This record gives sequence, structure tokens and C-alpha cells, in this order.
Amino acid sequence: MTKAPPALHERALDNLRFIRETMERAGSFTAVPGRGGMAMGVTALAAAAIAALQPTESRWLVVWLCEAALALALGAFASDRKARRAGHALFEGPGRRFLFGLVPPLLAGALLTAALARSGAVAVLPGLWLLLYGAAVVTGGAFAVRIVPVMGSAFMFLGAVALLGPAAWGNVLLAVGFGGLHVAFGYVIARRYGG
Amino acid sequence: MAGKARRATLQEGRETRPTGFPNITSPGSLDRLIHERLRLGIVSALASGGPLAFSDLKKLLSTTDGNLSVHARKLEEAGYVACTKSFEGRTPRTEYKLTPSGRRAFEKYLDHMEALVHAMRKGS
Repeated sequence: MTKAPPALHERALDNLRFIRETMERAGSFTAVPGRGGMAMGVTALAAAAIAALQPTESRWLVVWLCEAALALALGAFASDRKARRAGHALFEGPGRRFLFGLVPPLLAGALLTAALARSGAVAVLPGLWLLLYGAAVVTGGAFAVRIVPVMGSAFMFLGAVALLGPAAWGNVLLAVGFGGLHVAFGYVIARRYGG
Repeated sequence: MAGKARRATLQEGRETRPTGFPNITSPGSLDRLIHERLRLGIVSALASGGPLAFSDLKKLLSTTDGNLSVHARKLEEAGYVACTKSFEGRTPRTEYKLTPSGRRAFEKYLDHMEALVHAMRKGS
């Protein structure tokens, strides 16, 4: 067996590096779970219907907080499954880029929710949730297929409408956003980008 | 100069036999079809990201329409990638997918690169 000259060996290493980088980028490109998004949308529609029936603001809030926890679990489960199917672990694979972009705005939203709910400003919450979730999807999806940041922008737009429009629209806008946008975009992502 | 280099890689592609190289350290046995940088990029992206649309692949590899379609066609002719064209409303959509033979060729290429690195480590 002949020894490979240094140049060949260097080029082989360089090729392997290139392959690895490209695979990582391509993976994070499509790591966002489409079917998981659709499931989150369906639960949000149900939550909107239940929340609309509640007699008090605090019970309305409890319904949506339960939905948030449920959606979070669904999203984590679906992301993990999609990552595994592509042969990655959730926090080691390319999906971590999406998750790490997603987390800071969501955390900000959770803290603001606690502060605003305590001071009784429940009416601004729908706008705040839509806006910050949209921001989270835009930052998380910065490296993903274009449809992901587009979905985030649509959420931010609904958030702006909710914040500036009449407070009575809040619950409907939540249904349109967390329900409608998730189902619609989730369907497209699932069809085009592997589940 | 860029044109010359491009022509050279295209000719390399034309001469290539797509599969099989018995001796890993002989340069002649390298799968030149995959070896070219952009084609290697296409195959790597499809191996990791699943089926991808032409426009997504273009963005991912930061290349031009012309370049991507030339190299994607080479891979398609070799049976390494499959291409499906469809319409979404009025806009045409081209999607690429790695074929089983493309995946095998990619794995073989990876083995080949690893063997080269390994041979060097052992030799030094």
C-alpha cells in the first residue's frame, strides 16, 4: 500500500470538514417539526374555544397557561423525534440552533406574563404572547428554511394587531395565531421538509 | 481562469465511472463525480437534510442557478440523485432526493477520505 502524499491527506481532511459542515447546516435547515406544529395548532384551537367560555379573566388565563405547557411538551417531543429520525440527539444535533434561538424570547415572554398577570394587565397578554412567540420563531429559524421565519413574522404581525386593536379580539387572535398559523405552516413544513 | 477550472471539472465528471474503486489509495479510483466541491455539497446536504427544493439547496450552498443545475444534472445522470418537478399553483418546483445508490456512493466516498487520513496517520 503506497503512502498518501501530505497534500492528498490534507485535502481529505478538508473534504471531511466540508461534508460535516454542510450536513450540519442542511440538518438545522429542516429541523423544525411540521406535524408537531400541526398538533400544537389543534390543541390551541381547542384551548381558545374552552377559554372563551370561562367566566373570569383568571380562569381564562389558567386555560391558556395549561395550553402553553401542553404545546411546549408537544413541541419538544416532536423536535426530539424529528432529530432522532435524522440520526441526531436533540441538543447535540443541528436542531439545537433552532432551540437556542427559540428559548430567550420565550423566557422573556414567561417572565412578562407573570409580572403583567400580577398587576392585572391580562388584556395585553394575547398581543404579548403572539409577538414574543413570533420573535422566538424568527430568531430560532434564522438558519432554517425560509418558511420558518416567515411564520414567525406572521405571528409578530398578529401580535401587533392584538396589542393595538380592541382587547375583545384577543382570544380570537390567539386562535388564529397559535391555532391557524401552526396548522397551516405545520402542514407545509411536514409535506415539504420531512415531517 | 475560473472558466478553465470549471471546464476541467466537467470533463472529469464525464469520464467517471460512478461506482466501485478497489484500491482506496490510488487517486484514479476516487469517485470524481462526488469529489467535485459543489456536487459533494449537494450530496452531503441531501444525505443529512432529506429531500430539498432547488431554491433551498441554492441558498444552503450559496451558489447560482446555473452552477447548481449543471452539477445537479450530472448527479442525476449518474443515478445518485432523483429529481421531481411539480407545479405549485403556477410556479414550478424542483425537488432533489438522494437515491440509494447515491447514498452508497456517498458512504464509499466518506470511507475513502477516512482511509486516506488514516493511512497518513499510520505512515507518519
